[in-house]
Amino acid sequence: MINFQYLRTTTAKSAIALLVKDKNAKFLAGGTNLIDLMKRGVTAPEKLIDINHVPLKQIEQIGNKIHIGALASNSAVADHPLIKEKLPLLSWALQAGASAQLRNVATVGGNMMQRTRCGYFYDIEMPCNKRQPGTGCGAIEGFNRMHAIFGTSEQCIAVHPSDMCVALVALDAEVVLANAKGERKISFKDFHRLAGDTPQLDNNLKVDEMIIRLEIPVNNLAKNYHYLKVRDRASYAFALVSVAAALEISNNKIIDVRLAMGGVAHKPWRLTASENFLKGKEAILSNFEQAAQLAMQDAKGFGGNDFKLKLAPNTIIEALNLAKSKA
Amino acid sequence: MEKRMLKDDNDRVDGILKVTGQAKYFAEYELPGLTYGVLVTSTITKGRITALNTKDAEKAPGVIAVISHLNKPSATAYEQEGGPQMKIFYTDRIFYNGQPIAIVVANTFERATYAASLVKATYAKEEFNTDFEKALKDPKAKKLQGQADYKRGEENAYKNAEVKLEERYFLPIETHNPMELHGIIADWRPNNQLTVYAKTQGVKATQGTIANVFKIPMENIQVNSEFVGGGFGMALRTWPLEIATVMASKHIGKPVKVVITRMKMFTMVGNRPAAIQTIGLGANKDGKLTGITHRAYGETSTYENFTEGVVNMAKFMYQCDNVNTSYAIVPVDLGVPIWMRGPGEATGAFALESAIDEMAHALGMDPLDFRIKNDPETDQQKNKPFSSKNIKEAYKIGAEKIGWNNRKNEPGSLVEGPWQTGYGVSVGVFNANRGKASVKGTLKADGSLLLQSATSDIGPGTGTGMTLIANRLMKIPVNKITFELGDSSLPPAPSQGGSATLSTVGSAVNDVCVALKSAIAELAANSNMDATANFVDVLKKNNLPQIEITKESQGGKEKDNYSMYSFSIHFVQVKVHSLTGVVKVSKIVSVGDSGTIVSPKTARSQMLGGAVGGIGMALTEESIIDHRYGRYINNNFADYHVPVNADVPEIDVNFINKPDPYINPMGAKGMGEIALIGFSAAVANAVFNATGKRIRTLPITPDKILA
Repeated sequence: MINFQYLRTTTAKSAIALLVKDKNAKFLAGGTNLIDLMKRGVTAPEKLIDINHVPLKQIEQIGNKIHIGALASNSAVADHPLIKEKLPLLSWALQAGASAQLRNVATVGGNMMQRTRCGYFYDIEMPCNKRQPGTGCGAIEGFNRMHAIFGTSEQCIAVHPSDMCVALVALDAEVVLANAKGERKISFKDFHRLAGDTPQLDNNLKVDEMIIRLEIPVNNLAKNYHYLKVRDRASYAFALVSVAAALEISNNKIIDVRLAMGGVAHKPWRLTASENFLKGKEAILSNFEQAAQLAMQDAKGFGGNDFKLKLAPNTIIEALNLAKSKA
Repeated sequence: MEKRMLKDDNDRVDGILKVTGQAKYFAEYELPGLTYGVLVTSTITKGRITALNTKDAEKAPGVIAVISHLNKPSATAYEQEGGPQMKIFYTDRIFYNGQPIAIVVANTFERATYAASLVKATYAKEEFNTDFEKALKDPKAKKLQGQADYKRGEENAYKNAEVKLEERYFLPIETHNPMELHGIIADWRPNNQLTVYAKTQGVKATQGTIANVFKIPMENIQVNSEFVGGGFGMALRTWPLEIATVMASKHIGKPVKVVITRMKMFTMVGNRPAAIQTIGLGANKDGKLTGITHRAYGETSTYENFTEGVVNMAKFMYQCDNVNTSYAIVPVDLGVPIWMRGPGEATGAFALESAIDEMAHALGMDPLDFRIKNDPETDQQKNKPFSSKNIKEAYKIGAEKIGWNNRKNEPGSLVEGPWQTGYGVSVGVFNANRGKASVKGTLKADGSLLLQSATSDIGPGTGTGMTLIANRLMKIPVNKITFELGDSSLPPAPSQGGSATLSTVGSAVNDVCVALKSAIAELAANSNMDATANFVDVLKKNNLPQIEITKESQGGKEKDNYSMYSFSIHFVQVKVHSLTGVVKVSKIVSVGDSGTIVSPKTARSQMLGGAVGGIGMALTEESIIDHRYGRYINNNFADYHVPVNADVPEIDVNFINKPDPYINPMGAKGMGEIALIGFSAAVANAVFNATGKRIRTLPITPDKILA
C-alpha cells in the first residue's frame, strides 16, 4: 500500500501544530470521502491527523446564535432538538444527504470539505483540472448531466455535492477557522469558491487552518421552510438540483426569505436576487415564478445538464410552494 | 452447522445462516499460505501493449509474482490454435478499456493493490469505438446476424394496416452489480490437483472450463460454491480473471485469492448489452393485431459474440398471422456482455409491451382489453398448444388488486397538485425449461434424508425448494432433510440459469424420492413388514444404517407436444411530479403464472426481487461510458443507481398456482426471469398514462420527463 503516517491528537492546537509541519498532511474526521479519494489514487497524503478526539462536537445556543462544533456528526446535528426546533431547514438538508450510516460518521467540517463527485475527478486515467491542473476538463465536452449551470469556468464545471452546505448558506451561517495564531470568522457564503482559474481549490480555508465551528443566527424561518432535493432515486443519490427555501410570512406577505440551490454550482448557490425580489411581496405562485426566473439569469447548460435550466426554476417554485404550505 | 431453526416448513433452510453471518462465501475461506492477487487493467481501449514494466512492482514489499503475457504460465488450451481471442496473458492485444493485462500477487491484499499500481504499460493505440449507436449508424461497422430471421405470413404487414405504428426503443447498458463482488480462490497443488472456492452459478461449468483451459482431468478439480451473494447471470461463465487466478496459483504453487473492486465489476464480469429496437404494429379498427414486426440490434464485443432472445416474445405472445423478426449484434470495443436476469426477453419485452400499449392508445382501447382481445389460444410460432397458460385469470386478479378501474384511458387525467397518477400493465414471458440433472438420496435409519446435487443457489432458495419437494413426497419433516449443493464432486446438475433449477433438479429430487420409497416398500415386503411401514423401522429391521440411490432425471416427449412458458403480469401505479420530473412507483401488483408454487416464501421473494430489479431497469439503472475514452463514468454504487428501499413500495405478489400438467412431476415452472421481464414496460406505460409522455429510452429519469 501507499504508506502514510497516522497521527492522533486531542486538541485543536496540537492538531494545527501537526498540520503546519507537513504540507502533505490532512485531517481525518469521518473519512467518508477522504478514504475513498485515497483508495482511488486521487489524493495521497503523507500524514493523516486523526482529529476525532478533539472536543469539537458541541451543539448549543450562545446568545442568539447556535454553535455547532466542526466534529459534530451529521446525524447528531440533524437529530438534535435545538436544531430541529430552531434550524429545521438544516436538519432536513442533512437528512437528505448520504445514508444513515454515512451521516453517523460524517462530520460537519468534513461535509464542508468534501470534494466534488465528478466522475472525471475520480478516475485518474481521465483529464481533470481539479485533480491535476492543466490536464483539461473531461466534463465540459463529456458526461456533464450532474454538472454546474452557474458560475462555471473554462477550467471546471464541477458542483459541490453537499446538501448541508446549501442550508447553511441560506441560513447566513458563519464559519470560525483557527490557525496557530488565533481564530478568524468568515461568512459561510465566502467559505467555498468558484472554480475560476484555480479549480483545484474548493474553498478559502488556508493550508494552516482548521475549521472550529459554525455559528448560525437564530431566525424566524423555522415555520415555513423546505429542502427539496431532486435526484435520480429517492435516497442515497446526489442532487440533480436541490433548493433550500425558508419564508417568514405575515398576512401572506413575505417578511424574510432565504433561497439557496445545490447541484448547480461549484459552491452552494445563494439566490440573492430572487430573495430581494420576494421580500415585501405576497407569497403567491406568480411571485414565486418570477423569483425563479430571476434566479436563472446567468445560467448556462453544457448539453447533458441542459435540463437543469428547466428543472432548477421548477424546483425553486415547488420548494417555495411547499415551504409556504407547511402547517 | 446449526441451520435447523425453522419457524415453519416454508422458511428458507439457510435463512438463519445467512442473516447470522454463518453462511460462508467464497472470499471468506482462509487457506494456509493464502496469497492475494490484484489485476492490472488496460487504460487504453484498443491497441497493443508494446512494453510492460513490472520491475517496480516486483520489488515492492510482499510481492511474490507479477504475471502477464510476458511470462504466460502454461495453460495448454491457450497454447493451442483456436480458442477464444481474448486469452488472458496470452495476447498483447487490447480489446477494451479495463481489460486485465497482468496480475500482481503479494502476501497481503493492500500490498498487491499498491504493487499493481506500479506496473506500467506502454501501448500502441488504435482507433476505437465504444458507442453502440454510432456503430449502428456506420455503414462500414460490422453487423452480425444474432438469430435467424423469422417470418410468419406477410412480412411488415403492419405497414398496410388500418391502424399502424412504428417506434424505436433504446435500452442502455445495465450492470448486474450483485452485492457480492466477484472473484475466486484457487489452490493449485502438486500433481495438478486444484481446489477452487468460486462465486459461480454452476460448479460443474466452472470445473469444466478450468479443465479445458489447463487440460487437466475434471476429477483433479474440486469446485466449491455453497453460497453466492447474488449472480443475476454474471456468474454463468468462468471469466478471464478467474483463469488468471488459477494461472497465478499454478505459477507460484500457493493458493491465490482475487476479489475484484466494484469498479472492476463494470468491466470484468459482463453486463446487459445496450439494445436498439424497432417495433412495427398493425391492427384493424376493432383492435385485432394484423402485423407485428420486431427488429433488434444488440451490443456485443469485438472479441466474442454474445446473443440473447430479444425478439422471441413477438413470435407467440399475441395472436397475429403476420409476424416477422430480425436480430443483429453490433461489435464495439467493450468487454463482452452476458445474460442479465430475464436476459434478452426483458430487453424485448420493454419494446414490445410499450408498443402494445401505444397501439391500444392509438385504438382508443384499454390496454388490458387490447391484450385480452389478442391473447392466443395456441402458440402460433410452434403451432402447438400451450402446456398451461392462465393469462386471462392473471389479468383479472392483477387488475382487481391494483384498482385498474380507477385508471382513466385518457392520459393525464388523474392530477393531485403537482402529482400526476397513472397505471400501467405489461406481460412477461420466458421459456419453461427442464434439463437433465442427477441427485443422490441417502435415507438414514436416524430418520433423516440427505439429498446431494452439484447445483447452485445464487439466492432464489434452491435448497428450500428441493427440501419441500422431498418433504411432501417422503413425509419426512423438513428439519430432517438436508440438501447439499455447490460442490462439483456431487452428482452433476446444470448451471443455475434460465429459470430452470427447480424444474430440472426438482424433478431429480422427485425421482430419487420415488425410488427411495419403492426401495423401502420392497425391503418392507421382503422382511414381512406392512407396505406402509415407516422407513426407519424398515431400515432397522434390515440392519441397514442407510440406503442410497442416485437418479438422473430429464424430460421426455412432452416438449415436442406442447409449448411451455412461464408468464407474469405486472401492474404498477406511478406518481409523476410535473415540476421536478420525479417518478415514484407507488403500487405494484405482480401475478405469476408459473405452475405449482413449490416454495411459497422463496417464490414470493423471487417476485419481490424481480420487481425491485424492474424499478431499476425502468427508472434508474444505466452504465455510462465516455466514448472519447472508452471508460465508464459511473462505475460505483453511488453513481450507478440501483433502487433503494425508499424507491420500493409494497409489492403485492400473487400466484395462479395451478400445476402445469406436462412439464415435470411437480407441475412447477420457473419464475426467476418472469419476475423481471416486462416490468419496465409496465412503468413506462404507467408514466404515459400519468403524463401523456411516452418515454422510449430507459431509464426514465427526471430529465426525460421534463424534456
